[in-house]
Amino acid sequence: MEKTVKRTGKNYASDQDIRWCPGCGDYSILKQTQSVMAEIGLKKEEVVFVSGIGCSSRFPYYMDTYGIHSIHGRAPAVASGLKATRPELSVWLITGDGDALSIGGNHFAHLLRRNFDLNVLLFNNEIYGLTKGQYSPTSPINKITKSSPVGSLDHPFNPLAFAMGAEATFVARAMDRDPKHLREILLRTHQHKGTSLLEIYQNCPVFNDHAFEAFTEKTSKQNSTIFVQHGKPLTFGANQEKGIRLDGLRPQAVDLSADYTISDLWIHDETDRTKADLLVRMFDDPRSEGALPRPFGVLYAGERSTYEVEMNAQIERAIALEGEGDLDALFAGKSTWKIG
Amino acid sequence: METKKPMTAKSTEEREEVTILFAGDSGDGIQLTGNQFTNTTALHGNDISTFPNFPAEIRAPQGTLAGVSGFQLHFGGVPIYTPGDSCDVLVVMNAAALKANLPKLKQRGTIIANRSGFDKKSLKLAGYPDDAAPLKAESLTSRYRLFEMDVTRMTRETLADSGMGTKERDRSKNMFVLGFIYWMYSRNLDFTIKFLEEKFARKPAIVAANVKVLKAGYHFGETSETFTTRYEVKAAPMPEGVYRNVMGNQATAMGLIAAAKKANLKLFYGSYPITPASDILHTLSKHKNFGVRTFQAEDEIAAVCSAIGASFGGALGATASSGPGIALKAEAIGLATILELPLLIVNVQRGGPSTGLPTKTEQADLFQAMYGRNGEAPLPVVAARSPYDAFEAVFEAARISIEHMIPVFFMSDGYIANGAEPWQFPKAADLPAIQTHFATPGARENPYLPYQRDERLVREWAIPGMENLQHRIGGLEKEDLTGNVSYDPENHEKMVRIREEKVERIAHFIPDLEIDNGPEEGDVLVLGWGSTYGAIKTAVVQLLEENKGVAHAHLRYLNPFPKNLEQVMRRYKTVLIPEMNRGQLLPILRGKYLIDAKGLNKVKGVPFTAAEIKAEVKRLIAS
Repeated sequence: MEKTVKRTGKNYASDQDIRWCPGCGDYSILKQTQSVMAEIGLKKEEVVFVSGIGCSSRFPYYMDTYGIHSIHGRAPAVASGLKATRPELSVWLITGDGDALSIGGNHFAHLLRRNFDLNVLLFNNEIYGLTKGQYSPTSPINKITKSSPVGSLDHPFNPLAFAMGAEATFVARAMDRDPKHLREILLRTHQHKGTSLLEIYQNCPVFNDHAFEAFTEKTSKQNSTIFVQHGKPLTFGANQEKGIRLDGLRPQAVDLSADYTISDLWIHDETDRTKADLLVRMFDDPRSEGALPRPFGVLYAGERSTYEVEMNAQIERAIALEGEGDLDALFAGKSTWKIG
Repeated sequence: METKKPMTAKSTEEREEVTILFAGDSGDGIQLTGNQFTNTTALHGNDISTFPNFPAEIRAPQGTLAGVSGFQLHFGGVPIYTPGDSCDVLVVMNAAALKANLPKLKQRGTIIANRSGFDKKSLKLAGYPDDAAPLKAESLTSRYRLFEMDVTRMTRETLADSGMGTKERDRSKNMFVLGFIYWMYSRNLDFTIKFLEEKFARKPAIVAANVKVLKAGYHFGETSETFTTRYEVKAAPMPEGVYRNVMGNQATAMGLIAAAKKANLKLFYGSYPITPASDILHTLSKHKNFGVRTFQAEDEIAAVCSAIGASFGGALGATASSGPGIALKAEAIGLATILELPLLIVNVQRGGPSTGLPTKTEQADLFQAMYGRNGEAPLPVVAARSPYDAFEAVFEAARISIEHMIPVFFMSDGYIANGAEPWQFPKAADLPAIQTHFATPGARENPYLPYQRDERLVREWAIPGMENLQHRIGGLEKEDLTGNVSYDPENHEKMVRIREEKVERIAHFIPDLEIDNGPEEGDVLVLGWGSTYGAIKTAVVQLLEENKGVAHAHLRYLNPFPKNLEQVMRRYKTVLIPEMNRGQLLPILRGKYLIDAKGLNKVKGVPFTAAEIKAEVKRLIAS
């Protein structure tokens, strides 16, 4: 596109009626995503949304881009094949906690380690919504749901620790109730070269309302969340009067009034893998005694060549070395004989 | 090559055709020996058909029956269609190989036995009683011609001053046997010497050792007084042209590359390793200079889903597996069915159910290809009949997939995959172009309709990057024309019927069924599909020589069937359908055409012999 057309988020909306429940956190994510598309100025025809199955996976239908609503858990594989053959496209993968971490756990792990340059938005609502309310792989232990009337037994996944374990190169967290921050992190997610994982806490008002209340409500948010920024100390609290320092390898919450000053605090370095491993492990139940605040923002952004770049480089090398493939030479193989 | 003068007078006898079975422990290099003899013999101008038969375990317990690996090859100066019902020569490296394969040897056949493979320990491992001496048994010596030679000892002696350890020296013993058989059948050593030089290019000592042993085996035949006769099998009267030797999996890989090239598409191949399909992945991964993108996925599901993603993006997505892997892919194949995208699904069938018999052959996945998805989801099915035919058949499968915007099953099996035969390969320029059905991007007045169809019911291929054609597709039922999600009852039935009719209409774009051999009408039509081709062909050739009213037709297209199939079947009193399953094509044809066809079924993990088919035809004619 030679001339630049000023677009707004609405330009990226399809003509389909949105069928999420009223009050669903998905609306906020959709809106911010559309708005970010406009800000980046992506051409609609060069964007592809790929999803699996679940409430969030209806997302592609609401975007006036290319889209494929695939099967449960398999969006990473579909997106991999697409990106491998069409590296120039902007590919966005929409998934949920059940889709990515339960039925699609295998593909999710392999997607991250391969590092295709695409963006993963993981809508985590800690519940199965589309099937009407069973516990998910991120539901807290003892969760009472339709399929766990006396409490679930499963220890939950920590999605970002999972991602670090799977050698992800970009790991971030945001929430539906903080659209400004969400938008900022969506931009970062897009900018990263490699598989960018953005986990978004998304409230399900029907089957799991208030799941993230501690992080989203004004009263509790200040003490239970910490918004990390590259190069800045980890501070939190109503007036940023508290911070996190490292006691060896153990993060410790401290008051900045008495024994500690800002220079004692952990300075966030999003390129530091070791520290990112500690940061994603700050995963305490916000209601538990002495819980550390939950980090939001870009927790890790490393550099590693992407799969499609390497794949195409192999092909180019082969062509440079052996020349463009010649079918006749291929058919003849190494040894032939003639009759007649 | 330079050879010593024979010390004894040797005579040369001519043979029309010969079947040799090499058998030994799975660590004895039997497959390599068989492949070398195959290639050399093909270069000699013989027609040839091979059947490797190996255990599923890479290193099964040494010396045991479970560990026996075999390679059967049938070559001749006459047309050859099968690896042979039974063998003329049985080469055995140990007692277990003899025990497992003796029933396959013809009366008066020749046994060449490695004496050191019959020591006390080997006999015990093979399960012979303590005092047994199978090579001395009268039941053996009276029925067969036995030649014993101490391959192990002679190999060790040949390499005595090589500085190699015993274990290392023993690795070359297959070369001794190969050299000897080369002598026996008047073959040239050049191909194998060249092969060794290339394979071990960086290890000249290994090349030297193997060549030395190969020649020692050859010279042993020449000088040993035990062997007074060698054989000559003249070149076969094959059509003029240039040939190569090809295995089914290689032919499949080449067919995929050729189809993508002829359609001007990128080939994306998503695959997870599985026997006996892995060689397709191995072959394709060597041809990156054709722009082939091979992707070894994390599992079978990811393999097919990545191929679907590639097809959505405008590449030719292909995946291959064997039955168990196809089962895992089933949901995704259903997705591709409703998306209506090109996708090639290769099933190299093996014995089932479940893990079944990984290294053995079977045709029991036809129902899986026809019906193995939830909902109404018919798909085209195309089957190869022999190793070289896999090229043309998979090319056809790809053509249908691309031109009709539909996933297509391509059926091969273990017998085709690992079998080899000469191939008069085509010229690339003579292959037909494959027409893609891409949409035209650009400004438009009305919203784009991704599910609008032409007279064949084929939709357009609108791929990301095409301006103004943005659309969303998925596994939910879609509204006719728009592709939007629709739960409307009338629409669902309409779409189910459209998808079904779309498959049926492909019948107008495939050739009619032709009689392969025999009269256009008569007593019995032997109707086959897949790898039963060679056995049926051989049986029918022989029956026709006996003036029986029998004909052979072979189905490449299993869904939809050729338009004239019913008409062809009705020209014969009886239709016999041999299948390596419990009857799968049979009930489909009986159900569709209400025709009283008969089945001949075998599920032993090994192909039919021509004799089995012949006997059944004779029984049918007599009854």
